[in-house]
Amino acid sequence: MNGQILISAAGEFTRTSTGEAATFWILAPVAVLAALGMVLARNAVHGALLLVANLFCLAVFYMLQDAPFLGFVQIIVYTGAIMVLFLFVLMLVGVDSSDSLVENLRGQRIAAIILGAGFAGLLVFPIGGVIEGTRAAGLTAANDGGNIQAIARLLFTDYVFAFEIVSALLIIAAVGAMVLGHRERVGGKVTQKEMLRRRFATGGPVTPVAGPEVYARPDAPRAPSVLPGPPADLPALPPESSHGLSARGNGNDSRPVGAGKGTNR
Amino acid sequence: MNPANYLILSGLLFSIGAVGVLLRRNAIVVFMCIELMLNAANLTLVTFSRINGTLDGQIIAFFVMVVAAAEVVVGLAIILAIFRTRRSASVDDVNLLKY
Repeated sequence: MNGQILISAAGEFTRTSTGEAATFWILAPVAVLAALGMVLARNAVHGALLLVANLFCLAVFYMLQDAPFLGFVQIIVYTGAIMVLFLFVLMLVGVDSSDSLVENLRGQRIAAIILGAGFAGLLVFPIGGVIEGTRAAGLTAANDGGNIQAIARLLFTDYVFAFEIVSALLIIAAVGAMVLGHRERVGGKVTQKEMLRRRFATGGPVTPVAGPEVYARPDAPRAPSVLPGPPADLPALPPESSHGLSARGNGNDSRPVGAGKGTNR
Repeated sequence: MNPANYLILSGLLFSIGAVGVLLRRNAIVVFMCIELMLNAANLTLVTFSRINGTLDGQIIAFFVMVVAAAEVVVGLAIILAIFRTRRSASVDDVNLLKY
C-alpha cells in the first residue's frame, strides 16, 4: 500500500494538459446549456434529445479523466438503452402530454428557481474557493495494465459482494417491470363472430373501413372513386381518435368496432 | 485548467436537475431530471477517483449506473401503469393513493 502511494505520488499534477482544458471549456457550456434546455423545453421529446447531448458530453468527460470504460458504458447504457426507453415511453404515453401550466401550489415556481439558484451558489462557490491548487494524483498508476482490467480486478475482489447484490437488484427490477406492466384480461377474448355481430348492432359501416387517403370506399362499380371532400352518399368516417394508448384500444377493447382507422381485418 | 473544475460543472448540473424536478409537472421529464442529477453525482465520483488516484470512485459510479438502469425500468413501468388508469402523465393528477 505504501509503495502504491509512492508510485501515484510521482504522477501528481495540479494542471491538466492543454488539450483536456480545451475540450473541457468547449463541452462544459454545451453540457450546461443542454441541461438547461432539457428543463425548459416545452416538448418532452426535445428534452429527451437534449439530455442525450448532455450525456454524451459527460461520456467525453469520463474518457478525459482516465475512465474510458465508464465513458463507453455511459454511451451504451445511458444514451443507447435508457434514453431509448424514455423515448419509447414518451411515444406510448403521447407526445402531446405536455405540462399543465396551472400552478397547484402558489408561488412554487418562483420558490423553486430561487432555491435552485441558492443551492447552485452554495455548491459551486465553496468548491471554487477550495479547489485552487488541488493536487490530483492521476490514474496512470492505477490504470497500469489497462483501465478495464483494473476495474475488473477491483470489482471481483473488493466489491464482489456489492456486485452480487446488484445482480439480484437487476433481476428484481426486471420482474417488477413485468408485474407492473402486466394486466389481467377482463372478460374473454373477442372473437371474430362477436366483432361482426357488434358491427351490425352498432349500425356502422359493415364493410371494412378503407384506410386513410383512399377515396373509393365502397368496392362496387356503381360508386366510382370520388375526389377528396366529403362524399354525399356515404356515412362519414368516425373522427380520428386522440393520440396515446387510448387510440390502441387499451387492451379491454370496449370500443365499437370500426372506430378509428385500419380496421379492415 | 485545474482538475477540480469538473466538480463545479457537476454541481451546476446537479442544481439544474434539482430545479427541473421542482419545476416540471410531466412525470417523464421529472424522471429525466433525476437522471441528470445521478449523472452529475457520477461525474463527481469519477473526478474524485482521479484526484485520489484510486479506482474506487469509478467502481461506485458504475454501480450508480446499474442502479439507475434498474430504477428507470421500474419507474417507467409505474408511470405507464398510472397513465393507464388516470390517462395522464402529470404528477399533479396523481393525488390519490387508492386505485
